[in-house]
Amino acid sequence: MSVIASISLLVFIGLIVVAVIVIAWAIATYNGFVQLRNQLDNAWAQIDVQLKRRYDLIPNLVETVKGYAKHERETLERVIQARNMAVSAKGVGERAEAEGILTGALKSLFAVAEAYPDLKANQNFMGLQEELTSTENKVSFARQFYNDNAMTYNTRIQTFPALFIAGMFQFTKREFFEVKAGPEREAPKVSFS
Amino acid sequence: MWEQIRANRRRSAMLISLMGVVLVLLGYCGGEMVLGGGGGFIGLIVAVVVLLAQLAIYFAGAQALVLGGAGGAELSRDDCPRLFNIVEEMQLASGLPVTPKVLLIQDPSPNAFAFGHKPENYTIAVTSGLLHRLNRDELQGVIAHETGHLKNQDVQFMMLAAVMLGSIAVLSEIIWRTMRLGGRARSRSDSRGGGQAQAILLLIGLLLVILGPMMARLLYFACSRKREFLADASAAQFTRYPEGLASALEKIAQAAEPPAFTNNANTPMFIVNPLAATAESSSVFSTHPPTGKRVRILRSMAGAALADYEAAYRKAHGGGLIGAQSLQSSPAQAKRDASDEGPVLGRREARATVRRNAGYVPVRCTCGMEIGVPPGYERKDVRCVRCGSVWPVPAAQTAVPPVLAAAQPLRYTRRINGWESFRCGCGHAVLISPTFSGNSIRCTGCGRQIEVSTLGTARN
Repeated sequence: MSVIASISLLVFIGLIVVAVIVIAWAIATYNGFVQLRNQLDNAWAQIDVQLKRRYDLIPNLVETVKGYAKHERETLERVIQARNMAVSAKGVGERAEAEGILTGALKSLFAVAEAYPDLKANQNFMGLQEELTSTENKVSFARQFYNDNAMTYNTRIQTFPALFIAGMFQFTKREFFEVKAGPEREAPKVSFS
Repeated sequence: MWEQIRANRRRSAMLISLMGVVLVLLGYCGGEMVLGGGGGFIGLIVAVVVLLAQLAIYFAGAQALVLGGAGGAELSRDDCPRLFNIVEEMQLASGLPVTPKVLLIQDPSPNAFAFGHKPENYTIAVTSGLLHRLNRDELQGVIAHETGHLKNQDVQFMMLAAVMLGSIAVLSEIIWRTMRLGGRARSRSDSRGGGQAQAILLLIGLLLVILGPMMARLLYFACSRKREFLADASAAQFTRYPEGLASALEKIAQAAEPPAFTNNANTPMFIVNPLAATAESSSVFSTHPPTGKRVRILRSMAGAALADYEAAYRKAHGGGLIGAQSLQSSPAQAKRDASDEGPVLGRREARATVRRNAGYVPVRCTCGMEIGVPPGYERKDVRCVRCGSVWPVPAAQTAVPPVLAAAQPLRYTRRINGWESFRCGCGHAVLISPTFSGNSIRCTGCGRQIEVSTLGTARN
């Protein structure tokens, strides 16, 4: 009798220990997910900040270029159009595509600027070019950070046994932010008028 | 990326506590050894005091020590937008919670380092020589390496390790000296009562006194080198362009002259050890791995991910660097293409920026020379060093702080009739000669006219 009692006591203690370990693991896993998700949200916000900054810089750039390169209306309009499209884009996929087109349009604008020495020497233009180039870099660095984190997060929530916790508290897979390559850089147009 | 930091933190905690254990043992055994039975606790107290003193020295003078009197100027965005942009780019790539401050040091030798043990104090310092020698990709690599140090929390760790190392060294020095001075007499009197435990304690103490500082030093330098490799790996991962850092390292190593503010305390912080930049091999006492090897590893990377660095490191160095868990959680990353941008700041621009921040006023001569007028320059004109023409120093240079000017009336009543001096509102001493007979005098410090009412009006 006493042997059975002590065995059942042992089993009981064992069960409690297992339960405590499982609960502790669940809490740690859940907190890990939350931390990762917050990091992801933050990374996404960073991308957003840089994209907004780019939208704000573009009208200035277009105004500056307009003063020197009146014959490039087509290129300028394409940049404006691409910008407006990107501003109104919704969802990760659509936005990424619009960003790709905008990047391409900007590239061709800077290529066009090569043909105007006065414009290239303009202090304002130089500043804007640096800002836009860097903003472009920042978008891609923020994107790279976001994607790395999204990859870690996605792997984590799909891995056994953590996937139970993920399913229970609705941690869902995140989409990657991939910018598709826009139209290729065009040769600068030189007008002799 | 987060795994990496966590693994680092775990390893640092282990290392610091290992050094702590050595310190405690050293204190206890040393006390027993020098003071005889029961002296262990006094030894422990001494150990703690030494540690606290080292910590206090570190926290009081860390910044001054790091800068070694270099006195860099903190840059604002307008001073060099491109450098700022690069720092911000790397902050985004690394996910650092704050943008580090940027410090520019006027020094022709190219180098950079990071310091700050709290995110609010994170600072990346670059020399002006670095800015005009590297192109954008290379500078990005360097900034990424420094950001990597901040991200991996190397600064805190290396500082803490240095404090522990210092404490161990100081404590064993104390024990050694007291032992030589008065230990012999005491040990003779104690030998009767000393048991076996006592003998073991003495043996451990002796071993620790002799080997402890050496081991701690070896550990410290090994860690320092490892952290350099890790920061290189982080830089490659952040920039996706290992070549940038590789060619930057080459350029930095080629410039032989070390920065003027180098000392033994701050060498672990630099991107390349300025005192041994070209050494092809590194000894166990080097803070940095040989630059050539770092470059080779970076150049033989197949991609830009941590795993690629690990593979290249294994080939060049043997043994692993990055923990398996960190590798597992880091996704594959391809390299990017080079950009075609030149130096971030020209040689002259860099110097002008540093001077402007230090309070210099630029005066441009018609011969094209720009003369930097240092703060505190007393005369009102300056001679061009090239063509010899004389130019007035702009008023901004000699202007009095407005508060001070308002507080002090521009009037002085003479007290005696001989030589006399008084302080102008700008703090400058104005001297009145016995032959002075006017009713106003010009302050040579700030150039203001000061009304002087002579003694004659009050004299009877």
